[in-house]
Amino acid sequence: MAPLLEFKNVSKIYNPGKDETVALDNLSFTLKEEEPTILTVAGESGSGKTTLAMLLLGFISATHGQILYKGKDIDNLRGKEKVAFRKEVQAVFQDPFAVFNPFYTVDHLLEVPINRFKIASNKHEAREKMNEALTAVGLQPDEILGRYPHQLSGGQRQRINIARALIMRPKILIADEPVSMVDASLRANILETLQVLQKDYGVSIIYITHDLTTAFHIADSIMVLYRGSVMEAGGVDEVIKTPQHPYTQLLVDSIPWPDLNRRWGQTDLVPSEDSVIGTGCKFYSRCPHAMDVCKSRPGLFQLEPYQTASCYLYKDKPELKTEALSSVLPV
Amino acid sequence: MTTTTQAAATQAATTQAAQSERETVLTVTDLVVSYYTDAGRAKALDKVNLTLKAGEKIGLVGESGSGKSTMALAMMRMIKAPGRIEAGNVVVGDIDLMSLSDKDMLQARLSQIAYIPQGAMNSLNPVTRIGSQLVDAMKAHTKDVSKEEMKERAIAALESVELKPEVFKMYAHELSGGMKQRVCIAIGILLEPKVIIADEPTSALDVVTQRQVMETINRIQEQIGAAVILIGHDMGLMAQSMDKVAVMYAGRLVEVSTVREMFTDPKHPYSQALIRSLPKLEEKGVFEGIPGMAPSLLRLPNGCAFHPRCRDVMDHCKTTRPENQVLTGGRRVTCHLYAEENEKAVA
Repeated sequence: MAPLLEFKNVSKIYNPGKDETVALDNLSFTLKEEEPTILTVAGESGSGKTTLAMLLLGFISATHGQILYKGKDIDNLRGKEKVAFRKEVQAVFQDPFAVFNPFYTVDHLLEVPINRFKIASNKHEAREKMNEALTAVGLQPDEILGRYPHQLSGGQRQRINIARALIMRPKILIADEPVSMVDASLRANILETLQVLQKDYGVSIIYITHDLTTAFHIADSIMVLYRGSVMEAGGVDEVIKTPQHPYTQLLVDSIPWPDLNRRWGQTDLVPSEDSVIGTGCKFYSRCPHAMDVCKSRPGLFQLEPYQTASCYLYKDKPELKTEALSSVLPV
Repeated sequence: MTTTTQAAATQAATTQAAQSERETVLTVTDLVVSYYTDAGRAKALDKVNLTLKAGEKIGLVGESGSGKSTMALAMMRMIKAPGRIEAGNVVVGDIDLMSLSDKDMLQARLSQIAYIPQGAMNSLNPVTRIGSQLVDAMKAHTKDVSKEEMKERAIAALESVELKPEVFKMYAHELSGGMKQRVCIAIGILLEPKVIIADEPTSALDVVTQRQVMETINRIQEQIGAAVILIGHDMGLMAQSMDKVAVMYAGRLVEVSTVREMFTDPKHPYSQALIRSLPKLEEKGVFEGIPGMAPSLLRLPNGCAFHPRCRDVMDHCKTTRPENQVLTGGRRVTCHLYAEENEKAVA
């Protein structure tokens, strides 16, 4: 059976030509329907994480390569298949304050997709679906339904977004920085909700973030992107506890852990705006270990069963084909 | 002002003075701010007290709507209608800001007390060069500085936040988010104020840029010896870069402690819940949120505003509001749990 989702050597180049920006560079990975997982895509601004989300949702097309959903190129989906794809691939975005129409109640927000995708045959069933989804994300339906967005907190709104996605019975949920605008005290609740979705409802989640702390807690595997290329990938435990790529080390070193015994590291910071992207390793101009060999682009080297880094520091390790990236991502 | 809070404030001041010889640069006493809305009066700040010494860094944390930004605006005397500062004093150095005329207050802003607002990086003017925005700020808030000196100062300020002098001639769109945020910090320190208030200066930045911006703030703060108030809700950031933490809940400061005390032995049940909700590296996948939601300032619960969400709630919490009290060691907590301990200490 074809995997649920397959990225095959996908690249996205904005403005191709002399001033081109490679937002995503030859990325391959797969998600299987029978093994729902939480995959984190991490990286700083400009790393290509949102481009990845846009590609996956079909909002933009890949410049090279193919994105297959259940074995079919998502660019060629038509009619019923397209509707099914739209229903089964859902998204939750960053800003819970910007996505609601202030003139409509929460009921309306939830009814639109129910009607559009004919999820319920009558009003009673629709109401039941709404109640079920709201309960699943830890909200009290009678406290929420009938309210306007301004009467709800950021955390509640974000959970309503997840509930809306859940009504669709999605196979894949793309969560693009879902907690970065929510109060720290409410983050825990939302992350827990995402975990429940994966475990109890079998939804695969692509969790896009620059916050490695939350990634560590909810994800199974992680891909660290820098300027569109995978720097390091593998299991969250491996990558976050023992980062091997100099870029991941910098990221992990910069996490403000709420722990007085884990201070920010002393590594010197080279601001990203001063960096130059040559033909070699993209991290070359910021890397404390930069060597001559780094002027040509490194491939992926497999360090552990569930860890790979694109760095010449590990050139003695066996090379991993780009296409085989998913083999180091635990589910 | 009630005598108890006055006594508490003096006691806190003496304990802190014993620890350090540095002069007090900021004293906020019983600050009250209300917003008068159609739905009624919302008490956004309720008798807030805070003292800061030169070079001290304090983090102000709390949920959205707890009054953090109102507190910053009130200290700057920038509360707009329907809001009103109803009582209290803000003293910076030896200047009582509340007694200044509007014109003198304008001069005091930026030269005595500077405010870097939330999302400041998006507030840069897109059609004027960065340099002229720095010079404008100086023109508005000082007299007697020559044109040449203004330019020199502006470039020096840019250099002190690790920006190249060329940035003086650039436009905002030519800069990255982290660079824009550093330009805003440069504006904040132009006139070397005694107090700098930064409202979520790093919330839109990624971890590496965030660390860089925080390191810039800390270095500059040491250079000019200013006190810093960092508003935010990221406890991790507070642990990494602040000396003290003040926790705000529904318009009141419920706890003021040093960072070490806050993370090892939080006193107020809300602080305890905040600390518990933090993700830890050791316990993967364990989440503990704070149940319930922040109360509306228009309809605060009777008694302690936190009692409906408190796990240590007692009967009189539902009826009597706790007073702010000073524990041994100078920590300040607003909670009935510590009333007895305090009485013993006083006796």
